Amino acid sequence: MIRPARAHPLWLAYILHRVSGIALALFLPLHFWVLSLALTNPARLDELLAFAEMPIVKLAEIGLIFLLAVHAFGGIRLMAMEWLPWSAPQKTLAAGAVGVAFFVSGAFFLQVI
Amino acid sequence: MLNLKLYMLQRVSALIMLPLVLGHIAVMIYAAQGGLSAAEILGRTKGSFFWFLFYGTFVFAVSIHAAIGLRVILYEWMGIRDLKLEILSWGICLGLFLLGARAVLAVTWL
Repeated sequence: MIRPARAHPLWLAYILHRVSGIALALFLPLHFWVLSLALTNPARLDELLAFAEMPIVKLAEIGLIFLLAVHAFGGIRLMAMEWLPWSAPQKTLAAGAVGVAFFVSGAFFLQVI
Repeated sequence: MLNLKLYMLQRVSALIMLPLVLGHIAVMIYAAQGGLSAAEILGRTKGSFFWFLFYGTFVFAVSIHAAIGLRVILYEWMGIRDLKLEILSWGICLGLFLLGARAVLAVTWL
């Protein structure tokens, strides 16, 4: 029986890519619905944007930006691994994707505090 | 559950979105300064063909990308197969596209 190599760091890269993808896909309908309020109910949109100023919502936004960034940079690593000549430091590249995602969401954090 | 066409579509939609995601993150960091209001967002996007094209392409690509991604997960983790998998994949793709297209029109066009 082939068992998943869950002790391997790149298993974490795989699960992070998958979980961030699911979270982003679930967030999209809400995101689109809120923006559509500009058309149907502008007052409600402003209410929601005011609600989004609450620290807890800002924290959630930072989380979403981290997920988007880590999905994008992790995706770059994945496509590079599939299509470019093999490069050995895959674990370092995966860690780098997480690092850049922290940097990007940290920049957002500094803007909203 | 994935054939070559779906696999390629997943990668091509990812590559299309790469600059769009980076642009979206940059706009969010820039626009988040001093809070957001509907007037501020619409002032940036309304009547702009550039943003219509930017977000329109984004919505089109993400509908395909999310539908194929979730299709794999529905298959692998939830054991969904065959016709049910086809219907769900297409439902996710079309549902996201319609909701997204409506949002793009709301902030750039009408």
